[in-house]
Amino acid sequence: MKYVDEFRNPKGGKGILADIERLVAKTGRTAKNPLKVMEICGGHTHAIFKFGLQSMLPEALELVHGPGCPVCVLPVGRVDDALSLAVRPNVIFASFGDAIRVPGSKGSLLEAKAEGADVRTVYSPSDALELARQNPNQKVIFFGLGFETTVPSTALTVLEAARDGVDNFLVFSNHITIVPTLRALLDSDGLHLDGFVGPGHVSMVIGVRPYDFVAAEYKKPFVVSGFEPLDVLQSVRMLLAQIVDGRATVENQYRRLVKDDGNRVALEAIQEVFEPRATFEWRGLGSIEHSGLQLRAAYARFDAEAHFKVPSVSVPDPGVCECGDVLKGAIKPWECKVFGTACTPETPIGACMVSSEGACAAHYNYGRLNPSSRLRTVS
Amino acid sequence: MCLGIPGQVVEISDREKKLGIVDISGVKRQVNLACVAQGEDLSPLLGQWVLVHVGFAMNVIDPEEAARTIELLRELGEAQAELESMQKSGARP
Amino acid sequence: MNGDDQRLMQRIEKHRRRLGKVRESVVVLAHGGGGKAMRDLIDDLVVGELGGEGLVVDEDQARFSLGALAAHGDRLAFTTDTYVVTPLFFPGGDIGKLAVNGTVNDLAVSGAKPLYLSCGLVLEEGLPIETLRRVLRSMKLAADEAGVQIVTGDTKVVPRGKADQLFINTSGVGVIPKGVEVHAQGLRPDDCVLVNGYLGDHGAAILVARGELKLESDIATDSAPLNGMIAELVKAVEVRAMRDVTRGGLAAVLNELALSSEVGMVVDASALPVRREVAGLTELLGLDPVHLANEGKVVVVVPAKDVEPALRIMRAHRYGQESALIARCRAESPGIVTLDTGFGGERILEMLVGEPLPRIC
Repeated sequence: MKYVDEFRNPKGGKGILADIERLVAKTGRTAKNPLKVMEICGGHTHAIFKFGLQSMLPEALELVHGPGCPVCVLPVGRVDDALSLAVRPNVIFASFGDAIRVPGSKGSLLEAKAEGADVRTVYSPSDALELARQNPNQKVIFFGLGFETTVPSTALTVLEAARDGVDNFLVFSNHITIVPTLRALLDSDGLHLDGFVGPGHVSMVIGVRPYDFVAAEYKKPFVVSGFEPLDVLQSVRMLLAQIVDGRATVENQYRRLVKDDGNRVALEAIQEVFEPRATFEWRGLGSIEHSGLQLRAAYARFDAEAHFKVPSVSVPDPGVCECGDVLKGAIKPWECKVFGTACTPETPIGACMVSSEGACAAHYNYGRLNPSSRLRTVS
Repeated sequence: MCLGIPGQVVEISDREKKLGIVDISGVKRQVNLACVAQGEDLSPLLGQWVLVHVGFAMNVIDPEEAARTIELLRELGEAQAELESMQKSGARP
Repeated sequence: MNGDDQRLMQRIEKHRRRLGKVRESVVVLAHGGGGKAMRDLIDDLVVGELGGEGLVVDEDQARFSLGALAAHGDRLAFTTDTYVVTPLFFPGGDIGKLAVNGTVNDLAVSGAKPLYLSCGLVLEEGLPIETLRRVLRSMKLAADEAGVQIVTGDTKVVPRGKADQLFINTSGVGVIPKGVEVHAQGLRPDDCVLVNGYLGDHGAAILVARGELKLESDIATDSAPLNGMIAELVKAVEVRAMRDVTRGGLAAVLNELALSSEVGMVVDASALPVRREVAGLTELLGLDPVHLANEGKVVVVVPAKDVEPALRIMRAHRYGQESALIARCRAESPGIVTLDTGFGGERILEMLVGEPLPRIC
């Protein structure tokens, strides 16, 4: 597969790994006091586990899995709201496959479907719009999820619905943005990170400049990265080079796709359709100002929340669940009391165990037997 | 987050709605080309590689930048191979 | 009775004894009602399409000579499976072909020679008769290719909306040749795991054929009878275990085998045979070919010494051209299957929890 295989060739990894080892050694950090680098994006977490990169890295370098998995950070209350919409009569609720199994306080969309709700899995918001055209007598509610990578597709679909007058198409927006979240993370107590692997596909939309504050204000190195294993390794290497040199700049490893200014059409579509909410709740991270997106008043007729009343009750995570600390990187997945016992991919308690990009599910599925002694010693 | 996959634009299917057919390793899907269209004429996109996310082409893949990254990766690999062969053949103390 | 009456009676009796013919264009409830309409359906479609020497319709059961069975081996293998698929027809096959090949393969992986199949049909009222005929024809073709006979059956009709068009149950009987011992607990450390070709074709073909994802591809189901290839294999090499790879994909089969035998297993990621289009589809949807369904794949575990001859036999066969050595068993981490990613790291190859759902993140 062009533009995939070249960046997935294990042979190419050896040199970078050796470089990473050399650079880590230069920092003088040890397994007891490791360098901590956060990959913000769940796609990177997935790649790291899928290709077994974690176990290849030196012990003095720890990868902290960040909150960049839109399904994982969806709070219980919003899942409940989604369910309340899905079970309405005359509603087709269209969702990406990822969100179908996420548990709310009263079950998941999958269970609602089994009990008779018309829940459909779609690959694209444009497929949800197509459902609306085919079912003019029903409301089709699209479960809008995701960061800036996905927001343009929802925005363009709303614009198409407006142009074609498909008024039975609605969006239940849970779209979120990366920059306020990053800032909240950087401001949170007890978080000592040495650098960030930046989200490649979000950056393809927003560009590289919005991250300047991370380097300028917080003095942390930041490398926007592609998603293939060699991309991730090279980005880690670039971060380490900055750390060794005592630099903190924003660099772009994913130049084949990410331009400094992002994608103009996509940004304009977001701007046209969406505006920031005053505040939005994140699972585990609490409420973050301006981190959520809602439809602007001009497009309120496509807003499921303007159309139907949703309970909007904030539901705390189950008491035993430590997803919040996992998402912040404060604890490792296996340090959670219920990891692998009460909370497994079959019976997820927290959202980090639901999505295959969640740090807990990734650890459970790919990491349990990781030859890394760091994992083995903890049980 | 944000699963994206490279595909090649093989057909413009609806100029007005900016839709085209993208080939992903032999699997075809109609995708929205609005974000990668340079003006009204979509034909320059034919043959280009784009990154597809949820049925939308989000950016064109820059072949020169890709080649540069690959070259960089190759150099790193070669440097490592050289280092290893030096270590192997090098005199032991 | 005068001559005219006699002729009339003869005419009626002749008509009564004529094989029934279905005149309706769709299945109606009467076709399952036990009366003349059902008789017509069975005569015309079931017997008409599936019929062969073995199918005796006067009795409620098929009867076999024990002596004839015993000529094939010393143990009977018996299995059943029910087939439910949407859509009924898809590239490379249909529900009928699946129903025959699936049960043939379930028998074959025990080392048995599959001989006889049953065919239970659950029909939804309103199913076009032509659809049913097409499916039954396909079953007959598949049975002929596999060398098995469909010898008994049953037909039920349920009201519209109570079933999805057509469900098929097939049970199968086969005989295991003397000396053939194939068990899920048979794996030992250092044994080698082979598979007879591309993974995930069936699952991918169905995903595309459902149309919901609006994808186009040439991917066809891999549904195939594997009894011929397996028979050659068990004759020539020592086969420790066999399992056909169906729902749950390769990951499910390898995990089941590793757990049953309490051995560890290391899969070589670079050795897994995956068709280009299936690789593209799984990348696009965030799925993994090792979790997709197959209908013509078998995992064969052999001792290391038999890898070469086994692969030679498999690759020479029509349904094994892309056969590959994909994994090795080991004593450590019993019950756990890991994947060598090629980067030097290993990760666990877990079974999928639910259905493979396309994801965006």
